[in-house]
Amino acid sequence: MSWWETVRSGLAAIRAHRLRSSLTVLGIVIGISSVILTVGLGQGAQQEVEDQIDALGSNLLIVSPGSSTDSAGQRGGFGSASTLTFADASAIADPSVVPDAAAVAPTTSSSVSLVNGSTNWTTSLVGTTTAWLDVRSRDLSAGRFFTADEAASGAAVTVIGADTASELFGRQSPVGQQVTVDGTRLTVIGVLTSSGASSSGTSEDDQAVVPVGTASRLTGSTTDTVSTIYVEARSEETLAAAYQEVQALLANRHDVPTADADFSIATQDSLVETANETNRTFTVLLGGVAGISLLVGGIGVMNIMLVSVTERIREIGLRKALGAAPRVIRRQFLVEASLLGLTGGVVGVLVGVVGAQVLPHFIDQTVAISALATVAALATSLALGVGFGVYPAGRAARLTPIDALRSE
Amino acid sequence: MSAIIELEGVRKTYRSGTVEFEALRGIDTTVRAGEYVAVIGPSGSGKSTLMNLLGCLDVPTEGRYVLAGDDTSRLDETALAAIRNRRIGFVFQQFHLLSSMTALRNVELPLVYAGVGRAERRDRAAAALARVGLADRLDHRPGELSGGQQQRVAVARALVTEPALLLADEPTGNLDSRSTGDVLGLFDELHAAGRTIVLITHEPDVAARAGRNLVIDDGLITEDRLTAAVTAR
Repeated sequence: MSWWETVRSGLAAIRAHRLRSSLTVLGIVIGISSVILTVGLGQGAQQEVEDQIDALGSNLLIVSPGSSTDSAGQRGGFGSASTLTFADASAIADPSVVPDAAAVAPTTSSSVSLVNGSTNWTTSLVGTTTAWLDVRSRDLSAGRFFTADEAASGAAVTVIGADTASELFGRQSPVGQQVTVDGTRLTVIGVLTSSGASSSGTSEDDQAVVPVGTASRLTGSTTDTVSTIYVEARSEETLAAAYQEVQALLANRHDVPTADADFSIATQDSLVETANETNRTFTVLLGGVAGISLLVGGIGVMNIMLVSVTERIREIGLRKALGAAPRVIRRQFLVEASLLGLTGGVVGVLVGVVGAQVLPHFIDQTVAISALATVAALATSLALGVGFGVYPAGRAARLTPIDALRSE
Repeated sequence: MSAIIELEGVRKTYRSGTVEFEALRGIDTTVRAGEYVAVIGPSGSGKSTLMNLLGCLDVPTEGRYVLAGDDTSRLDETALAAIRNRRIGFVFQQFHLLSSMTALRNVELPLVYAGVGRAERRDRAAAALARVGLADRLDHRPGELSGGQQQRVAVARALVTEPALLLADEPTGNLDSRSTGDVLGLFDELHAAGRTIVLITHEPDVAARAGRNLVIDDGLITEDRLTAAVTAR
């Protein structure tokens, strides 16, 4: 019996039990499409994070304070200590000490409530210098950034994020309008172009950027500490050198060994790595759940094939009486199981691909379909059919023709 | 005339746990080419067991069975399958047609396992169906045929490989008297055309149509006689 004949008779057997076959296939369809979608979701999320971090600028160093230890010995997380100062930032900005740094933007950060008439909105107040706009690779959609003079004098001006602008002013143009922070009036002089990105929990589109002096006046802060120092390297190639120089300089200034520093320096690469690790964990977790559903689908195929062997026991007996060798019977049932698996795989891939087009409309997340995952899913569905078909096919092949013929 | 079936000291013992049951206790007989033999006997006499052995559906515990020159006694399941395919045409009491296939596809089935190509298979199956008078029923499914017609499809399936032996197990057991006459008439024609037929039955008038009767009782051949059908011919 040729392979073509075997496949034809397998298809005929599947068609003969349409409802049962489609229910069996359904298990595989669900398994395969959920594997494709979860892997696609994971990859989509990864792509998004990479894009966001790319938008930060590829030659950015982010210097954060180390962890603090309180009187009870309790240690806070990174950034909880107040070890970085404006003096540190000025030292980094000295080209004779850190020749590979192009620009330095120290920032302070605090939470304030902005008021426009009867509308109020709580956002983060970022105090920084004029270098901030370049260092963070941001653009303005309207107005201007504050000047060096305004920065030096601590002028009452602010540049706000796109989301902040729409929350406070709706569709009105915010430029030239006034907002109040604890009774102090600030003039909005510019609006940042939306970056669409959020990093470490705070939206880059929801903030009010003011000169450093203005920020400390508004918050009543008297200390010299900063929450983050952004350093832009001259180029991507000099990023590593800039990293070394900043690390050496700060270690020296703080009088700590680099191995036990009271600050940490993150690069874009390290951020991507951290984000990807989180994404990978989720992808593996979801993929594992999807994989289990695929396994359940495979067991469904085995179950149906076993039922099929029992139900078609007389047919098997007859085929044997007419001259089908055990090997031929085994092959017939294996091919049937594989066809069920493969059909499930093909339909599952279709459902997955269609789902990947439809899903982003419902959840705010892109789904990337990977060719590798698709091919692997198809191969898996075929392997499931074969794998879970082996036992039922073996049972069918071992039946003796007399018993099979005589059974009612 | 050459021998189609040679049985020498054939015994068959079934074991169920510690209990042994001897279904056949030493059968010696020969069936020559062109003979029409009916095996008769009460139920439990061992005639079904004999039928299974003759059909190579089972192997003897002891003794030798030579079918058309091939000693089948020590063959494995794959080799037995090939012998069944080439040498034996089965006709069963319950017809055993596959309900999802047309008459033509049912008759083609043994040729599929023989590895015959598609076009030739179709031609031979159609010719076999014409031979049993069903040339106009090729595309009917078993459900659309009467019992007699279904059994004639089964006979066509048994003939399509040109086997050395036509083996029929109670072929008229599920048929009304008219269809019984039909099928037995067909057997007479096939016998007249030189086919070797072994038929198993418990009905005396069916057995009377055969030329030779083998009576089995308690696992032994108790009588081997020629019938009036032979003397009449």
